[in-house]
Formats: sequence, structure tokens, C-alpha cells
Amino acid sequence: MPIQLNNVSFTYSPGTPFERHALRGINLSIADGEFIGIIGQTGSGKSTLVQLLNGLIKPTQGTVRVGDVTTTDKGVRLRPLRQMVGLVFQFAEHQLFAETVAADIAFGPLNLGLDPSEIAARVDEAMLTVGLPLEMKERSPFELSGGQMRRVAIAGVLAMRPQVLILDEPTAGLDPRGRDEILTRIGALHRERGITVILVSHSMEDIARLVSRIVVIHEGEVLHDGPPREVFCSAESLSGIGLGVPQATEILRRLRLAGWNVPAVALTLAEAHGFIVEAWRERSGEA
Amino acid sequence: MSMLQNVTLGQYFPGTSVVHRLDPRTKLGLALAYIIVLFIARTGLSYSVLALASAGIVLLSEVPIKLVLRGLRPILMILSLTVVLHVFTSREGVELVSFWFIRIYSGGVIQGFMLAFRLVLLVLSTSILTLTTSPIALTDAIELALRPLRRFGVPAHELAMMMTIALRFIPTLLEEAEKIMKAQLARGADFESGGLLKRAKSLLPLLIPLFISAFRRADELAMAMEARCYRGGEGRTKYKVLAYSRLDLYAAMCFTAVGVVALAL
Repeated sequence: MPIQLNNVSFTYSPGTPFERHALRGINLSIADGEFIGIIGQTGSGKSTLVQLLNGLIKPTQGTVRVGDVTTTDKGVRLRPLRQMVGLVFQFAEHQLFAETVAADIAFGPLNLGLDPSEIAARVDEAMLTVGLPLEMKERSPFELSGGQMRRVAIAGVLAMRPQVLILDEPTAGLDPRGRDEILTRIGALHRERGITVILVSHSMEDIARLVSRIVVIHEGEVLHDGPPREVFCSAESLSGIGLGVPQATEILRRLRLAGWNVPAVALTLAEAHGFIVEAWRERSGEA
Repeated sequence: MSMLQNVTLGQYFPGTSVVHRLDPRTKLGLALAYIIVLFIARTGLSYSVLALASAGIVLLSEVPIKLVLRGLRPILMILSLTVVLHVFTSREGVELVSFWFIRIYSGGVIQGFMLAFRLVLLVLSTSILTLTTSPIALTDAIELALRPLRRFGVPAHELAMMMTIALRFIPTLLEEAEKIMKAQLARGADFESGGLLKRAKSLLPLLIPLFISAFRRADELAMAMEARCYRGGEGRTKYKVLAYSRLDLYAAMCFTAVGVVALAL
């Protein structure tokens, strides 16, 4: 499911005093199997952007093409598109409604008209993928912890077996452990299934070590687009819009300012550690 | 989702026009007076005067006409029903049409259109009030208007607070409803096709989360109010104290003139 955004703009309440341009002239193409991080400040338009990708909203201008479906075409069938492009909303646990965990996860597959045995299999599979024990199936989703509810909601989208999975701030409001758990699961999902994953976040830290490409959105426009190492080289421009770079990169940046001979970018603390030790050895060797 | 965007009631249109700057109490009182005059008025001429006054207020308010007229959309059905019922059932006046079993009399036509006209003016005047007055200012005015009734045990402050909160959360809940709707649509939900029962059932995935979140919000709000020592209206002062200005006097005078003329004609 390659995705192609062509000169896309989106305006909320056009023609009223509440008019707001959320996106302007976005060009973006996403290939199969990519793992993309979309980063931007609150209100930068990133949530609007992802809703365009499964036809929940349609561009005011330009076209969004997913596979061979153009969302603005007349008589376009959106349900198959929404099956192919799974979207997990921010605070997805707020959408839970069913009496049991299993019934909630089955909602999507049920809407696709699958038969009961297939649905049951998908519910199990989705629960295991997000790391929920199968004993929880008959529990009420409202008895679970916040992190578990979030995972039920993600499982509900996964059960539709999308080829593109979009997660809007999947870790917002979770404790560090819940956050790591979810991010690790998403990483594994991408590796094992080879599906396209689009992760929306305002935190560089979360995305840096996971994704292979970062798209920075600022005031409705694409500011940077490239592999993390490339994007993090522009630390000044990123902190200028209040985003900053991962801690590991920040340490190296400050060392370089202090005259140390270290690379400009590290994605993890371990990597930065390696660079620093090497530079340290080099220094002591010279002395 | 278009359904959610059509709610004009309580959709304040910010501005600085003369109508916006009037004291909310004046506006509330005048709107009430206007409605009373509207119901006393009998002749077409009085209605024309009142309609002219309405049109004048709309122009003064600087609110786009389109937005004002949008408030009429929900009553279109009632309007057409009123006209149709009167036209076909009334037996007053001169017979205009007599065809098979259909008999239309001039009295019915006149009455039908007068009533419809009255309804239109009624809704217009109230939407102008809500379009130019922020909900908070309006409830302030209502609280002050109800204050004399406290002696008879009417909890004026509490009622106003309830209204303020309800008004405050309408947009929030609409936004929330839209979000949940989108989330369920993303899971392949279908809110539009199927029979009545199927459609009612398809609303459950929207309504249940909405109710849960409304209760959660209510709980959090109550907690936050208590944390700030809220204890009702007794001895409570206001940050924004309402004050009449010369504008209110002029407005009342103009309005009295219009009312007298309308009723005299």
C-alpha cells in the first residue's frame, strides 16, 4: 500500500471566522514496509495528516492516494481503505465500549463481515501481539489499567490486519514502563510482519531509536524529511520550534561545542557512550 | 459529522458591534419583550414593523446573515407543517380553490403564513440573542433575573451554574463525539445504512464511550470545584460585574418605540 500525498492542504471550517489552515501544500510519499515517525508540536497538523490517510477527512486541496484508491474520488468505498489503513487514535482507550475485552477487539473484524471462527482467531492473535494474556478476554475493558486499556484499543485495530498501521501518540499519558512496552511491541510488529508503521509523536526520544525515517511537521508544512541521523543534524532548527533532539544527540552536540571530536548524532545513549569513550581514548593517547 | 456542525444554539459569534456591547440583561429582557409583543401582535402591518426591527438588529449585529438563517434550518419542518395544516384545514374567508376534496380558503392561507412568519421571527430573535451574547454572559443575566425569586426558594445561582456548565461542555462533548465517531469509523463502523433498529444499535459504540467520558468529566469537574472551595452562591462575588451603559438606555427606548408602533398598527 504505497501512500502518495500530492500538494495536500486541509482547512477546518473554511469560510467562517473559525477558519484554520491545518495543513498547507504537503507532498509526501510513503513506500511499503517503511517505519516512519511523524513529529511536530501540538497543533502542528500531524493528527490531521494521519486522518487524511484513511479517508476520515478529505483534503481541501490536493489528493491523497493509498494503493490505487484516491480518497477524493466520487463513489470511493472507504471501508476497504479503513481496513487496509488501521488508525489508532490518541487516547484510544476512550473508544472502548463493549462488555468484554474480546467483544471490543472483535468490533472491527465484525464490521468487515468475517465469520465467527476467523474473528475469534484474530482476537487471540491481536491480544498476543499487544501482550495481553488471553485470560483477560472475558474481563470488562473498564476494569483494566490505563496501559492495558490502551493495548486493548490497539488490538482492536490490529485485529483488522491492516497493511498500514498508524498510531497517534500511542504512549501519551502512560508511565515509562507502559511506554517502553508498547513501543517495543510496535517495533517487533514492524519487524515480523513487514507492514508500514507510521508513529505520530511529539517526543524525539520515543521515535529516535525505532523509526527509519522522520517527517517533521511545523505549522502545517513539512520542515524536515529524512533518516533520523540526517534530521537530528539540524538540532538548532528543531529546538527553534520547540522539539529538540534526543538526549544522546544533545550530549554529543554540547561536547562538540566544547571542542571534543565526536560524531554529531547518536540515537541511543549506548551509542553516545561508545563515541565518548573513543574520543576519550583518542585524547589520552595524544597526551 | 455535518449534523454536529449545525447546532447554532449557543454558538456565540464573537464581535464588537453595538448589539454585542449591550448588557446581557438588556438583551435578555428585550428578547423576552419582543417575543411577548410578537404574540400580542395581530395584523400584518405589526408583523412587518417587527420584521423590519429584526432585520435592523441583524444588520447592526454584524453577524453574517447566512449564520443567522442557519438557525432556522431545524424548524423548517415545523414551518412547512404549520402552513400546510392551516392552508388545507381552515374554512375561513373566501374560497380560493375547490378541486375534488381539496378546498382552500383565503383565511387559512393568511393565517398559515402569519403563524409561520411569527415562528421565524421568534427563532430569529432568540438566535440573535445567543449569537451576540457569550453563553457565560447570558447565564449571568439569567442569574440576576432570577435573583428576586430566591425568596420563594428558587436556587438562582445553582441553576445558573448548572446552565453555565452545561453550555460550557456542549462543544467539548460534540468534539468528543466526533472523535469517538471517527475512531469507530476507522474500525469499519457504519452509522448510516440499515433500518431504524440497526442504526440505533450502531450508535451504541458511539454513545457508551461518550457517556463514560461525560461522567468522568463531571466527576473531575466536581472534584476541581471542591478543591477550590466552591460552596454555592452565598456571599459569592463576581470578577466581571455587569453594568448598564447609555447604550442600554437607547436600546430600550428604540425598542419601546418599535413595540408601541407595532401594537398600535
